[in-house]
Amino acid sequence: MTGNQLQDPPLAAGIEAAAVPDPVARADGRRPSLWRRLRRARVLYWAAVAWLSVLAAVALFANLLPIADPAEFVGRPFTPPDWSFPEPLGTDNSGRSQLSRLIFGARQSLAVGLLSVLLAMAVGTAIGMAAGFWRGKVDRVLSLLIDSMLAFPPLVLLLALAAALQPTISTIVVALAVLLTPTFARLTRGSTLAYRSREFILAARALGAGTPRLLGRELLPNVLLTVSSYFFVVVATAIVAEGSLSFLGLGIPPPAPSWGGMISDARSSLSLHPEQVAIPATVFVLTVMALNVVGEHVRRRIEGSGPAAG
Amino acid sequence: MTGTSAAVTGARLVTGIEHLREASTVLLGVEHLELTYHTDGGAVQAVSDVSFDLAPGETLGIVGESGCGKSSAARAVLRLVEPTAGTIRYGGQDLRALSVAELRRARTDIQIIFQDPVSALNPRRKVKHLVGEGLSIWRSGTRAQRLERVREAMEAVGLDPDTFGDRRPRELSGGQCQRVCIARALVMNPRIIVCDEPVAALDVSIQAQITNLLEDMKEKFGLSLLFIAHDLAVVRSISDRVAVMYLGKIVEIGPASAVYSSPAHPYTSVLLAAVPEPDPGVPIPHTPAIGDVPSPIDPPSGCRFRTRCPRAEQLCADEEPVLRPYGQKGNFAACHFPSEAVAAIGGRA
Repeated sequence: MTGNQLQDPPLAAGIEAAAVPDPVARADGRRPSLWRRLRRARVLYWAAVAWLSVLAAVALFANLLPIADPAEFVGRPFTPPDWSFPEPLGTDNSGRSQLSRLIFGARQSLAVGLLSVLLAMAVGTAIGMAAGFWRGKVDRVLSLLIDSMLAFPPLVLLLALAAALQPTISTIVVALAVLLTPTFARLTRGSTLAYRSREFILAARALGAGTPRLLGRELLPNVLLTVSSYFFVVVATAIVAEGSLSFLGLGIPPPAPSWGGMISDARSSLSLHPEQVAIPATVFVLTVMALNVVGEHVRRRIEGSGPAAG
Repeated sequence: MTGTSAAVTGARLVTGIEHLREASTVLLGVEHLELTYHTDGGAVQAVSDVSFDLAPGETLGIVGESGCGKSSAARAVLRLVEPTAGTIRYGGQDLRALSVAELRRARTDIQIIFQDPVSALNPRRKVKHLVGEGLSIWRSGTRAQRLERVREAMEAVGLDPDTFGDRRPRELSGGQCQRVCIARALVMNPRIIVCDEPVAALDVSIQAQITNLLEDMKEKFGLSLLFIAHDLAVVRSISDRVAVMYLGKIVEIGPASAVYSSPAHPYTSVLLAAVPEPDPGVPIPHTPAIGDVPSPIDPPSGCRFRTRCPRAEQLCADEEPVLRPYGQKGNFAACHFPSEAVAAIGGRA
């Protein structure tokens, strides 16, 4: 009898499932399609979480892992991956461990991504809240600043900053933060304007709240929630930007490993050793994708439950 | 040009303050309140020479259509929006003359409850913190004392502190949110609560509960209420006195019984006629107002209601009517041709 149930025409099942919001407990007892079950279990989301967790863990504890020093020569250059220890991913064009360079590169990429976004968020939130709270002249000046920064081509800005500053990890963090700040400022400004018109601000003023309290206790928790819903998505952007910079040779200076730098190094031998580009590129793409998947999930959760929607 | 020449002093039109009572007998005295918003379309005089007073323990209802300036007037009294002109006398001082710091302190005596209770509560805070917000702003008492005060206020408005204390506004119904707002006002031990359409956003079944709660609180804590609504039935049940506003001006003010039983101003009659009669046998009275409310950016000359008034004459365009006693005792209306005035007072002098 169970066999019969599994042979239901998929079309009918699809229509059924579409009509019934929660197909777990369908009245007719039929099992929902595999695709639906996967979607409901949010396989993609949990896979992304798992990938990011592993990446964060190995990046954090890279020093403790039984892997080679990323600057050390461990074998012949261009050793192909043999998928076994100690060098499952082979070596790069200088004979350094690919696995180790990937892991230490993850450390750089994640650190740069997280730090630059945190910095941009702090500065951008302050600017946006000031503009949205005081409005008037303050808003006009700050909005002009934000708009002109947004109008500037990002890569040109990064190249100019990289040329003007010594490329170190901190200057790259600052450069990326400068690039991302206007986005956060604009986001915060809009959110602040929306919350500012809500009556709980008037109510707090009637109770005697002063400006610091209005900003810090009434507006900030609300605004921060909205802004932080974009956190992971923007971290992904920052990591891509850092990768592009490294690829152009303006990122984290060698010999420190970075994903963009690894791709850049392997570029010249692409036709002979495609895996040299493919491996770091795959890790890079997976990470950015995972960040976007998690970011989107977080954003929907916050907006769905959130004050912005009512 | 007899009689009403007093309406023009200098260039400014004056709606009159004859209806105000002895200053020593009132708690709050508002005189010549003006509030002008500057919009892209021009200056909007949301509140235009509005004067009223509030005696201790009294409820003054303010009614009028949306956009007549009643909410603006209420917020201007608290200086939540800055009035353009006028005086607001409270506790022997003019609130408008106070510095920001003095105002913050003085204003805690006057609390406000808003129309949309969900919007009036910070969505990120718990109910117990929302109710205790005023106490924590002023750091009054110890933490334990504040918590106790919060519990009392919550119990007073019928919210079990143990059930609701840790909830957030999202987890409450509209009526419960409004109770939280009332409790938040009560912890400040206010003398006046400004209720800005406190039931308009609630279900009809909840409206009576909240109105009754406000009346109970008023009795229990000896409050005075400034009760703003567009629903005349709600105002009637709760108010001692009623002020009717039209396009930023008070057109009639008086004891609720007088205003409702024998309105002197044609606009009041129109408003009252718009209240649905529960008895289907009663014929629908026909005193229509013509057309729409004129733009507040460019209000009509003279009487602002004249463009829609069935009784308007040339005089109404030339001269602004002043609030004068008409009809029953204590009732004042700003109209050149008030109902019953012809019989009662023998026409305008």
